[in-house]
Amino acid sequence: MNSLALLGRYYAASMRAQMQYPASAIMLGTGAFLVTIIDMLAVWALFDRFGQVQGWGLGDIAVFYGVISASFAITDFFTRGFDIFGSAFVKTGAFDRVLLRPRSPTLQLIGYEFRLSRFGRLAQALLVLFVGAALVDLQWTPEKAVLLAWTIAGGVALFAGLMVLQASFAFWTTESLEVFNVLTYGGVQAGQFPLSLYAGWFRNLLIFIVPIGCVAYYPVLALLDQPDPLGAPAWWLPTAPAMGFLFLAASFLAWRAGIARYTSTGS
Amino acid sequence: MDAARPYVAAFASRFLLMLQYCAAAVAGFATQCWWGAIKVMIYAAFYAAAPGAADASPMSLAQAITYVWMAQALLALTPWGADPDIAQAVRTGSVAYDRLRPVDTYWLWYVRSGAWMVSRAAPRAALMLLAAGLALPLLGLSDWAWGPPTDLTAAAFFAVSLLLAVALSSAMLMLVNLVVAATLTDRGAVTLYNPLVIVLSGNLLPLALYPDWAQTALLMQPFAGMLDIPLRLYVGQLSGAWAWAGLGLQVFWTLVLILVGRAALTRVMTRLDVQGG
Repeated sequence: MNSLALLGRYYAASMRAQMQYPASAIMLGTGAFLVTIIDMLAVWALFDRFGQVQGWGLGDIAVFYGVISASFAITDFFTRGFDIFGSAFVKTGAFDRVLLRPRSPTLQLIGYEFRLSRFGRLAQALLVLFVGAALVDLQWTPEKAVLLAWTIAGGVALFAGLMVLQASFAFWTTESLEVFNVLTYGGVQAGQFPLSLYAGWFRNLLIFIVPIGCVAYYPVLALLDQPDPLGAPAWWLPTAPAMGFLFLAASFLAWRAGIARYTSTGS
Repeated sequence: MDAARPYVAAFASRFLLMLQYCAAAVAGFATQCWWGAIKVMIYAAFYAAAPGAADASPMSLAQAITYVWMAQALLALTPWGADPDIAQAVRTGSVAYDRLRPVDTYWLWYVRSGAWMVSRAAPRAALMLLAAGLALPLLGLSDWAWGPPTDLTAAAFFAVSLLLAVALSSAMLMLVNLVVAATLTDRGAVTLYNPLVIVLSGNLLPLALYPDWAQTALLMQPFAGMLDIPLRLYVGQLSGAWAWAGLGLQVFWTLVLILVGRAALTRVMTRLDVQGG
């Protein structure tokens, strides 16, 4: 069986398991939708009181938010295995069994779980994105659709990279490092606003260390046909999501190093 | 005093146990710093963008910044979801032991839940006070820091109000616990309740910054007393007669939720199937 077919089997099993409790699955999805949509409530209230911020309106912020949130929602479908890798695989010694199977550990971890509740977050992200696009009267062209897909792909790569990095650290700490939530969930939070709103040190952190800005701020500027108020050249804006893929590649180097030094915690 | 002893003991033992979870506290603290920093910078940008609206705002930027840090510091004091121990007790059937103890089940769970929240909040609040209240001013960033209370009166009102907030949140948490006890799952219904708490407690955005037409309703609802009222008293946004009204609302909702909770407990317990063998 090839890898994709195997992944399909994994996910089909995972979804069947979740649908054993359909009411719970639906409520979790609705909860995910509501918990994330309220972010926009705060943004709306701020615009209602203050009117605009540095020339940005509610529609602009909604597009920024929708793009980064959609990237994270898609990543979250298939990275659960990496997310809880420390506590569920290293600490328990379950990773031994993963290594014994004649398939790559990466594939098995990707196939660990497919969380249906994430449809709630994805629905929220796409709703916010397209409502925002309508508010700013964004004219969709084939180029823009491709740019949007490329941007979200870069975002998925970046968040997947963060998850893989988090899992790699678990080889040394044997626990899942909750601190990484700052970069994943916190990254979505930070990426929903234009970087020009932030202080310089925070901006640099989001461009050069954890390139959230490269998969949200820059390409969305191109999507909105806005020049960068901070002065980045025009060619860079649609190119920036490539940084997400670079980040993912670097994370896999750490992952390999981690697997190479793995010693079982089992007794 | 003897009547209170088992409850004091239950509170103390849970508090000490929870203090062991240091790593989780550090992770939580990092998250709260990140969230707080983002919010502070975003609010500053909005206030700077519209000076007219900023002057007309019921809350100044300095007040909003202090509010943000304190809201992050006291995050764990808000009743997010059921006390995991009680959820587990219901699932495993050890709830039967709790029912057999010669104490009132409502108050036993009430103080345990309160201790659970306070023990999670205390270390994080202390860390946040050090970071946002002490380190930021020392770094010369006083404009971005957790400022002192407006005056002694505000500080006194805040202290009383914080205690009432714990009482109110514990009463709310008991209702969540009972929903979990009745439905046997801490997922589902609770995930629908979470967004409500985030918005209405002021955790998402200080309640004073929502549109003016919504202000009265936002202050009257029970969740305001769990975070927003104490913080508004601290920054001096509620003072004079309004300060007393704030405390009054907290007492009122605490009593209402306790009465509802006790009635619900009786109902749930008469129908409860004890799990396990």
